[in-house]
Amino acid sequence: MPAIKPYGDSTDDGLVQVSFTLPIGESERARQSALKFAESMGLQRAQVQHMKAMGPDFTFFVVYGASIHTVDPDDIEIDERDFPQLTSQEINRMIRETLKRQLVVVGACTGTDAHTVGLDAILSMKGYAGDKGLEYFGEMRVLNLGSQVTPEEVVTVVRDEQADAVLISQVVTQRDAHIVHLEQVRDALEAAGLRDRVVLIGGGPRFSAEQAAELGYDRIFGRATKPSDVASYLTWAVTERAKAHEPEAAPAS
Amino acid sequence: MRTERQFSRPIGRLQVDVDAIAECRALAADISAPVDELARSRTTVSLERACLRLVGVDGVEGEGTEAVPIPNRVVDEVRSAVGLECGVLIPFFHAVESGCGDIPSAARAVSSGECRPEWPEGLDLDLATERARKEAGIAVDLIASAATQRAEVIERVGDAPKPWLYLIVATGNIHEDIPQAVAAARNGCDIIAVIRSTGQSLLDYVPYGATTDGFAGTYATQENFRLMRAALDEVGEELGRYIRLTNYASGLCMPEIAAMAAMERLDMMLNDCMYGIIFRDINMQRTFVDQNFSRMVHSLAGIIINTGEDNYLTTANAVDSAHTVLASQFLNERLALSAGLKAEQMGLGHAFEIDPSVPDQIMLEIAHAQLVRECFPDAPLKYMPPTKHMTGNIFQGFLYDGMFNLVGALTGQDIILLGMLTEGIHTPFLSDRDLALENAGYVFGGATALAGELRFEAGGLVERRANQVLEETRQMLHKVADIGMFAAIEAGMFADTVRTPEGGKGLDGVIERAGGYVNPIEDELKTRVGVK
Repeated sequence: MPAIKPYGDSTDDGLVQVSFTLPIGESERARQSALKFAESMGLQRAQVQHMKAMGPDFTFFVVYGASIHTVDPDDIEIDERDFPQLTSQEINRMIRETLKRQLVVVGACTGTDAHTVGLDAILSMKGYAGDKGLEYFGEMRVLNLGSQVTPEEVVTVVRDEQADAVLISQVVTQRDAHIVHLEQVRDALEAAGLRDRVVLIGGGPRFSAEQAAELGYDRIFGRATKPSDVASYLTWAVTERAKAHEPEAAPAS
Repeated sequence: MRTERQFSRPIGRLQVDVDAIAECRALAADISAPVDELARSRTTVSLERACLRLVGVDGVEGEGTEAVPIPNRVVDEVRSAVGLECGVLIPFFHAVESGCGDIPSAARAVSSGECRPEWPEGLDLDLATERARKEAGIAVDLIASAATQRAEVIERVGDAPKPWLYLIVATGNIHEDIPQAVAAARNGCDIIAVIRSTGQSLLDYVPYGATTDGFAGTYATQENFRLMRAALDEVGEELGRYIRLTNYASGLCMPEIAAMAAMERLDMMLNDCMYGIIFRDINMQRTFVDQNFSRMVHSLAGIIINTGEDNYLTTANAVDSAHTVLASQFLNERLALSAGLKAEQMGLGHAFEIDPSVPDQIMLEIAHAQLVRECFPDAPLKYMPPTKHMTGNIFQGFLYDGMFNLVGALTGQDIILLGMLTEGIHTPFLSDRDLALENAGYVFGGATALAGELRFEAGGLVERRANQVLEETRQMLHKVADIGMFAAIEAGMFADTVRTPEGGKGLDGVIERAGGYVNPIEDELKTRVGVK
């Protein structure tokens, strides 16, 4: 595939729309500043279509222009989904047949954030966006520890309940706290010798899937993740792992 | 530009079952009786700290992250020396009367351990009680003066026409919040809410001074309240329109924040009877005791409370759970009445959160909003914009917000939270707020008066849906009444969340009152707001 450009209404016109605010009062100087800024972003023939004062010191712009940049989609490495999307019947059946017991999931929001909205959306029976949460699956046992949980508490529950999987959710963050909190849980599980016994998952709106490797997680789920995505992945990952650890069946004599 | 919007509350537009509404009110009264009893029989560390703040105890001991508020130190010292079963005020005023200095000095002396609290006897008890009564009278006058001062300012400056447009600022830094709030007021906003720092609801103390380091919000402190109040008063004078200020009397320090709000003349406070229990896992006894005291303070200070029913719809399906909103509103109303709040102070909350792919979605939203309007004709209803189905498609989101504004206009909602087209993506840009005001200005400017002309067809979809939700509400309140409020929460009947009377955060701060419990501030508050 050749390199491509944004498509406005004809091939390779490169047209994009951007909106932004500059900290300067509305004036001709403000308009010229916006155009210059657009040019610095690689927009040619930029036009300010809308300029509006927001108080005496700020101006809002809607700008159109033709980008000088191109992108070659073939140059990009992406992590294609490597697990199957499963129905609820398939999930329950796979767990029953492979584990021969319930799959135990521990979920928590660690750190200072009190927002459990993401965790609850994935775990609670109600689920999210029409998708039932993990509690809905009869073959899963969900331990929702809520918010402001310490990494040590996670470790204790994982050990006591012999958990198969750990979900750590981070919603509100500042200064990379969401990354630090995930690392703390990973370190605590490693220190307790439990890291390899669980499928470790992180999630939240500020994460992207590519961060899994650097964080030492099995999987990171970002924005717009549905409970069925997590349920499918978990079931696949835990059952694959169980099969790998199963002793080879003795040859029939 | 703003125009007079000819706001009126459209009442009597739907044929709703008035007997069912009356039955819901009666059930709410039965359900909340044990909550009132709980509030009479318990106190909390935060309630006692609020009383100390109201008589002028303030400041911190220590510095930086080690700083502990003096009200916390005094309550802890009294608790360890003589217990809190009889309240903090008598031991504290005994310290004042027995030579530890004036109120601030005595508080420092108790805090530092220089003065050990004692329960006085004989003449000392009389002296301490007399002083406590006198200071309580001054404190309660101070709360009441918030209402009279507000009325004076509005008389002089002019009031904002309804509906009131409500915007949120949340930079974490009060000095950054202020110019944003002032800019929003100049662009047409009537109410500024300063979102609190993440996790403040679970702190068992109120931070001190002007703060710049909040996480996704700004700490509620008395100094931050004062700074924002002053800035909004100034811009209100300039605009000829009183700008209201909102914060959150919720979490473990609910009564203290209510007291601070009264002292700094805030106008509206988020204050729900159950939100902390369900959504923050705060102990239910703590919450029920604290909400009662907080609401008496709000009542006398003329503060409008905002309840949090919208939260039920952000976690559940907004069609299936519509009745949980109405049920909670009846309970919030009843518990507000028990604390002396008047109907015009009840900013009962609800939200526009139905999945846009549901057929007739907008008609269902109108049915829910109009039903709430019919059930609470005198309440300044608070209507929340869509959040759950804001997907990041900001163009579609902007339209949802416009439809939300339209439904608000058609059903006479008083307090309109403005939806952000970038909801769920990031904390709003300056331009997001401006676009939200432009959207609302257009819709309310064009459609507010339509509420006065609109009628709904008898037996039509809107009317049938409203009556269905009302019936489901009646049934739910019956079920709650059958087992009682505490058992109902324990059974997960609210938002599918199970909470126990002994569980959650803050139970260690709940104390059973002894027969000799003395709290002249509470006594005086009850007298003034007409609570037995």
